[in-house]
Order: sequence, then C-alpha cells, then structure tokens
Amino acid sequence: HSHCDLFSSQNYPLYIRSVPTENELKFHYTVHTSLDVVDEKISAMGKALVDQRELYLGLLYPTEDYKVYGYVTNSKVKFVMVVDSSNTALRDNEIRSMFRKLHNSYTDIMCNPFYNPGDRIHSRAFDTMVNSMMMQVC
Amino acid sequence: ITEVCGAKRVGYFGPAQFYIALKLIAAAQSGFPVRIESIKNELPLPRFMALKNDTDVRYGTPAEFHGVKFQVPHATLEKNSYKRTDEGDIQEPKSPPMSPICSPPASPSTYQRIPLTYGYGKARSGLEQQHGAPYEVRHSTHQQDGSSSGNYGAKSALTCSTPNRSLSVEREQQDSSTQYSDDPWRITEEQRDYYINQFRSLQPDLNAFISGSVAKNFFTKSKLPIPELSHIWELSDVDCDGALTLAEFCAAFHLVVARKNGYQLPETLPETLLPEFLQAACLKPMLDCALFESYSEPLPGSQQPRDFSRTEKSSAGEVPDNSALLQDGKKDDKQALKVSTTLKTIPKEFQHLTVKTAAQEPNAFRARPRSRSYSSTSIEDAMKKGEGPPTPPPRPQKSHSRASSLDLNKIFQQNTQAVRSGWLPPPPPALPPRPSVSQTEQPSEVELHPQMNRPPSQAEENSSAKKEVVLAQPPSKPARRKLRTEAQGLETPELSPTINVTSSLPAVKPHLPVQKQSSKQKRAIQTAIRKNKEANAVLARLNSELQQQLKEVHKERIALETQLEQLRPVTVL
Repeated sequence: HSHCDLFSSQNYPLYIRSVPTENELKFHYTVHTSLDVVDEKISAMGKALVDQRELYLGLLYPTEDYKVYGYVTNSKVKFVMVVDSSNTALRDNEIRSMFRKLHNSYTDIMCNPFYNPGDRIHSRAFDTMVNSMMMQVC
Repeated sequence: ITEVCGAKRVGYFGPAQFYIALKLIAAAQSGFPVRIESIKNELPLPRFMALKNDTDVRYGTPAEFHGVKFQVPHATLEKNSYKRTDEGDIQEPKSPPMSPICSPPASPSTYQRIPLTYGYGKARSGLEQQHGAPYEVRHSTHQQDGSSSGNYGAKSALTCSTPNRSLSVEREQQDSSTQYSDDPWRITEEQRDYYINQFRSLQPDLNAFISGSVAKNFFTKSKLPIPELSHIWELSDVDCDGALTLAEFCAAFHLVVARKNGYQLPETLPETLLPEFLQAACLKPMLDCALFESYSEPLPGSQQPRDFSRTEKSSAGEVPDNSALLQDGKKDDKQALKVSTTLKTIPKEFQHLTVKTAAQEPNAFRARPRSRSYSSTSIEDAMKKGEGPPTPPPRPQKSHSRASSLDLNKIFQQNTQAVRSGWLPPPPPALPPRPSVSQTEQPSEVELHPQMNRPPSQAEENSSAKKEVVLAQPPSKPARRKLRTEAQGLETPELSPTINVTSSLPAVKPHLPVQKQSSKQKRAIQTAIRKNKEANAVLARLNSELQQQLKEVHKERIALETQLEQLRPVTVL
C-alpha cells in the first residue's frame, strides 16, 4: 500500500493517488494531518534562508501501520508519501529518489503552458510516472 | 451535362461521370452539342474561368483520362476506379484510412504524389482536382459508411460534396493527415509546410523556439478544451522545456488537427511525431523557405492546392479559386478566414481575379473547388474555429521570450515589408485585420498599403482601429489589454470594420504594377485613415463610456441585491 499526494502552497491537494485504491480515506486523513507536521518543519527553519532548507523532510512520523515522508519544494508545494511500515526494504535513499522523480515530473507539468499553478493535476504523463513508482514500492 | 454523363442516373459523380462531364463541358464550350458522341471529338480543354492559368495543365490529364475511361461504361464504375489507379498518372489517392476496403495497388505512390502535386502548376495538378473531389467524397462516404465502400471512394465529387461538405471537411483533413502508411500520425508534405508557415508566423526563426505562452495562445484558438491541449502539449514537448521547437510544434499542431478531426489523442507520442523523426523530415521544408514569398499559406493536406504556393503560376490560379470560393459566401467566416490567411501572400493582383471568376465558374467546377476549399480549410478551421467572429488568427500576442522583437512579423510581413511589427493584413474577413504591433509604424504601414493595392479603407481601419484599441483600452477586453503591450494588437471587433477577403490580404509583395499608384493612393489612404481614426476614437470613447455605465449599473444591482437580502426574512434552511 502506498499513497502519494501533492499539496499546493495553500495546502489544498493538487494530486492524490493511492495504490491500491481501497481505504483511501484513511490515507487522506493521514496525509492531511501530516501537513501539519510539514508546516512545522518548514517553519522550524524559520530565519534560515530558504535555500538552505533541504527539500526532503524525511520521515514525518511513523504510525503503527505506515510511515509518512514529506518533501517540500521551494515554492512551498508539498509532496507527501505514505508507505506501508511492513515495507521495510524501503530505504531513505529510495524515498529520496522517489521524491526527486516526483519533483521532476512536477516541474515538467509546470512547463506546460496550459497548466495553471494551483490547478489539479490531470497530466497523464504524471499519472503514469506515479503509478509506476508506486508499483515499485508496493 | 449532368444527365448525359450519367451522374443523374447513378446518382452521383463518380470519376467516370466526372471525366465525362468535363469532356462535355469542353464540348459545350467549343460549341458542340452536349451529347456523348461529342466527347469523341477532339476537344480543347474545358475552360473554367476561375482558373487563370493552369486550366490547360490542370485539365490536360482529365482529358487523357477521359479518353481512357470513356470506353468504360458507367456501370463499371468500380472498375474504372481500379483501372484508374493502375494507371500511374491517375493519382487516385487511396485515402487509406478512409476507404480501407479499396486498396489500389498503386496507392502508395499515387498517394504520395498527391500531396506533391496538389499545386495546380504541377503536371498532374489536374488530377489533383479530381482527387480533391474523390478525397472529399471518399471521406464523406467513409463517414456515411458505406455506399461507396466498394467504389474506391469514387463518390460524387460534386453532388455529394455539397451535402457532405462538413463531413468531408473533417475527413479531408483526416485523409490528408494520413499517408500511404495508413497512419494518421504521419504528417504529409502540405501539412508540414502549413505547420512550418504557422510556426513562422509565430516565430520567424525556424531554429528558435516558440515560447509556452505564445504557443498556448495559438493553440487555444483551436478551441479544443484546455485539458486536451494540455495533454497535447505534454505529448509534443518532448524535452519538457516549456517551449516548442519546430519539430515539436509540428507534432503539436498535427495532434490538434487530428483531435479536431475526431481522432482520440494517443497516450504517448506516436513515432512519426517524435522530434527526431520530424527533424529529418523537416529538412526538406526548410528548402522551401526560399519559396516562401510565393507561398500562400499551404493548407494541410487538404485538396486545397496548397502546394500551389510552391508552384509558381499555379498559385495565381489557386488564389482566384480560393477566394472565389470564399466569396461565394459558401464558407462561413472561418473558411473565409482561412482563405484569407492562405491568400495572404497572394499578390493583390489576383484578388480581382477571384472576384470576377467567382461568378463565372461552371457549376461542376464550382462545386468541386468549393468542396475542396472546405476540406482544405479544415486545418484552418481547426485552428481558427473560434476566430470567425471574435478571436483573431493565431498570432503571438505577448512578448515572446525567444521571438523577441522580430516575432511580430507575420508571415505576410515577411514577404514584403521590413520586419517591424508590420501591419499584418491577413486576418480573415470576418476578423478585423490585425494591425501590426507598433502603432507608430502605422504610417509606414500605410505606405505599404498602396503598394498592395488594397482598399485603403482596410488599411486605415486596421491602423486606426489598432490605435484606438490601444488608446481606448476597453476595460472589458483583457485580450485587448494584452495587445496594448504587444505588437500584435488584436482588433477589437467593434472598432474594426469588417474586411472582405481581398482587402484582408496581407501586405503582399509589393508588386510592380501596384507601386505606380503609391503616392496618390497614399494620400487618399492617409486621409481615409485619419477619418477612420477619428471615427474609431469616437467609437472607443463611446465604448468606454458605455463600459463605465455598465459598471455602475452592476454596482447598483449588487447594492440592490444586498438590500434585498437584508430585507428578506430569514429563510428556513
């Protein structure tokens, strides 16, 4: 089970994807609560320059069932990923690379002039990429 | 003639009937009685007034065909078509997608030839015309499912074309977009040229990029829904840099066209649309750059003898044909737009030809060209669907990051005037002509107009309207506002008078005969411009005042509504 979300700078969801799709609501709830943690981490940097803040936020908080990872871009777009705790094979580096892929795909979407920042993301290419990525995780 | 050639009997103009009809026309024009026997005579080629130049060439082949075909009775129409395909020079285009059932063996070669010979000037151009008809017919029949399936698309070029025009327009494009390989994602020659010219209109340097915003505006005009356009962009912007190279642009344009014609967008970019693939293929069109001057904007694939721009003299004939068709009023604004754009580079001399020839075309011929125009206009329609009334033709409106200052040159401009923002005449008649960007250059543009022999009013209207647009700044038109910053001013429809096709022709090459009257016309034009400017100023002021009033009325309305809300008793939920 894994779940991937993108949130805009205003904390509304731009993209939500769960694999498999059952129990999605639970994931949604988890992800929303994790946003608070993300905000906390961001503001914790506080005075530090934005550049110095690392984009990858690491494990936001573990629960008994799953782990939540966060990533935030310089434009305050937040990526949240929820993976099964049982999936112990997943290492930090892998999570980082997944976020990197997400970020790259997101950048590609931004390059599309028909995409307005803040819109829901409907890009098929993005879907494909996320799907394949999450399949690997599961 | 219709009766004699058998069309009435079979109910449509198949190729055989068509050829016979042409022969009969020639016979009638030569004074022979309209009878089957007359065909056997040695006849000169039929003369169709609309075609200035290449009637001979154009109809040469039909005559030949006819001679060949004549022996074939009408009943064996199918046989004819097949036989025709066997003959090398008969370019019965086998529109592969449209009539998969009939697959003439020679189709690949013929098909390929068709795009090349679309121009009237080509030797086989005559065939093209017929092809145009069968093309359309084929498409329409394909759509109709049917009746012609056995007939190798030899549906009535004339009779069927009219009712099926809408279909054929759609299908025409589709057909043209497919190549012999039966692949809708393969770009034909004409299409490529068309795309390249469109690219040029947005970005004169073919090796540079079209920025995202420019491309967005351009493709938005196709009236496809934004999600689809977004997907198309995703597919075509392979390197994901937010800008389109020529190859990427061609691919994107092609996808738009395909989508407009009913094809579902693929999930991934088809091979034939990959930039690498297109780069290789695009080399050839580059060579045509030199010929650009003589181009009228080639229409993709459609029968429209787009290539006639490549073929020198044929263009002259084509233009009258096209414009004549347009002026027939059969086309709606879009069509007209299309024609006007296509006619952009056509020297004005031909304009009067078109006007004259419109009335003189014989029915048979007229029907065919019209249908051809329809089909050929499909790409234009696709791009300019919405442009008919309000939206201007695709033109870069905002600053182009890459195009910089030169991009404002419209295609038309390229031919004649110096770069400058240039007053681009083109827009289709329905649209107000797009004035060139810089207002300051209007005077120079005005000068250019005399060269064009263009009706002075148009130029003035354009320039003055443009000025007014900039000055008036109608609040309700964000597009116009943008224009103010951009050279590509969009004419506010209300400010610009409608311009007929001929007048909307772009600044055509300043041909010699025109320049003689330049000074006189210049003066006349300038006075007319002044008058129009004043009129435009008045209208603009009026417009802004009305806008103000509208705003105030809105405010009042809102105030009243809030009062109503307060006074209304609390509603039960």
